[in-house]
Amino acid sequence: MRASGRHLALIAASTAALIWAVPFAWMAVASLRPGVPPDIASLTPSGPFNLGNFKEAWTSGSFPLWYLNTLLMCGGILAVQLVTVSMAGYAFARLNFPGRDWVFSAFLLQLLLIPPLLIVPNLATLVTLHLYDKLLGIMAPYFASAFGVFLMRQTFRSIPRDFEEAAMLDGAGVAVLIRHVLLPLARPGLVAFAIVSVTAHWNEFLWPLMAVSSPRNQVLTVGLASFASGAEAGSAWGIIAAGTFLVAAPLLVLFLVFQRRFVSSFVFSGIK
Amino acid sequence: MSIDERALGAGAELLPLIPARRRPWLPVAALLAPSLLFLALFTYGPLVRVTVESLMVGRFAGDSAFGVGNYQRLFADPHFARAAANNVVYAVGTIIPSLILALALALALRETDRFTALLRTLVVMPLLIPLVAAAALFSFILLPGDGLLDFYLHKLGLGMVNWLGDPDLALGAVIAITIWKNTGYYMLFFLAGLAGVPQELVDAARIDGAGAWRRLRSIVLPLLGPTFGFVVPIALLNALTQIDHVVTMTQGGPSDATNLLLYYIYQQAAQNYDTGLASAATVVSVAALLTLTVTSFRLIERGTHYES
Repeated sequence: MRASGRHLALIAASTAALIWAVPFAWMAVASLRPGVPPDIASLTPSGPFNLGNFKEAWTSGSFPLWYLNTLLMCGGILAVQLVTVSMAGYAFARLNFPGRDWVFSAFLLQLLLIPPLLIVPNLATLVTLHLYDKLLGIMAPYFASAFGVFLMRQTFRSIPRDFEEAAMLDGAGVAVLIRHVLLPLARPGLVAFAIVSVTAHWNEFLWPLMAVSSPRNQVLTVGLASFASGAEAGSAWGIIAAGTFLVAAPLLVLFLVFQRRFVSSFVFSGIK
Repeated sequence: MSIDERALGAGAELLPLIPARRRPWLPVAALLAPSLLFLALFTYGPLVRVTVESLMVGRFAGDSAFGVGNYQRLFADPHFARAAANNVVYAVGTIIPSLILALALALALRETDRFTALLRTLVVMPLLIPLVAAAALFSFILLPGDGLLDFYLHKLGLGMVNWLGDPDLALGAVIAITIWKNTGYYMLFFLAGLAGVPQELVDAARIDGAGAWRRLRSIVLPLLGPTFGFVVPIALLNALTQIDHVVTMTQGGPSDATNLLLYYIYQQAAQNYDTGLASAATVVSVAALLTLTVTSFRLIERGTHYES
């Protein structure tokens, strides 16, 4: 009785997982089929297959530029975030000050007020700071991260105080303490944060779309949207599949290789 | 606190070893300053600014007039009413099915072996790709005639459907894409939550004759309270902010069928340059989001069983 129930559950889960995989399967198959075959929807075509669509997508879109901009954006955001969240995370984890919980709640407000939601004032701020239509303008709202502060607070709290006390007796200041004592011990937290941050910003579309207008500052998602609408007009579905693959592949590959790390980071990202 | 620690604490007070003690707020201020600067620029400042702008009804020769005119215009706008109603349907239609599906998948795949690990990977993969990439794939899947869905429905002898072009179906299609994108993410949380449900409790209930449904309702669900406590707020936030596919696939159409609050704000701000209307819509949306997330969090907290 119990075993058969479990089999039924697994069959149902397998069906769902197969349906879930269909868009990926089509992307992989269609991206390898040259020209515009009439059965472009088929998941099991007989061929021919080649890499022509990838070549076509690569040259008709600005993929090298989009990759570069996306890498600069994700890297820039992460670099600044690592500094700001370590500092604030330490303050909330280790220092007692009046109104600490209140200030912490005020930080958490940022989790809900994401930049595209506040498009009107945020664009005005970018214009005032001369950051509109610049990669730095896409990055700036993310330099503070409530999620990162929260995560680093938890991470620092899980580290025994003995290490710090020893360093303090040796006369170490707060900066030395954080950089040379705590951060090396906080690596799992930092890695989890880096994975969540890079995934979020690599995939983000609305804010980069709003904050930038010239093509030379576009990131992958924004580029893909304009590239796909152009190719769609010509029914070049194989090229769209190849372009989508180029945008999605880096994170998908990293995920498949470092699956455990990714999963535990994502789970960490939701813990209150 | 041990006696040694207390002694150490007392010693520190007797000998003012740490100079920071004289100005204890200084390290706190220095550590929080970088974060607070950016939060002030891009979170608190904008919140104040958008509220002020929503109440600004006219600018004449450097003077500003204040009033509720923008809100009157907003609530009189049928497009806004449609976007708000659609967003309620979108929230309910995405959150409930994806949470049920995520929980069911987590229950089915909780025991780890090679096969369940593979199935989990397949369900989580959509989380890793941008929503615009999903939109590009689904544009083809839902394409009338040559598209993947019609291609296979035709093989089953069914006619073709214009999923995104039919005002009665378009929102459903957008909802389906969101469910596909998010279910794996929520499943990960339920898997983590289920790992914390003690197997002895479930086994004891089974020995006492509790059926699968009863075990789920009386033991597993209450213990998953904390998981729901953060999954539901995340899902609510997603229901307001995940509109990338609306922007690229439907532009809110056909005839406003897929217009959602954030898309409406985006239209007013970036296309109609109606700052007052966009600001009022932002204030209303943010207020609704804050109320709903805090309320859902409180309600779930109340129904939760915490193991002490």
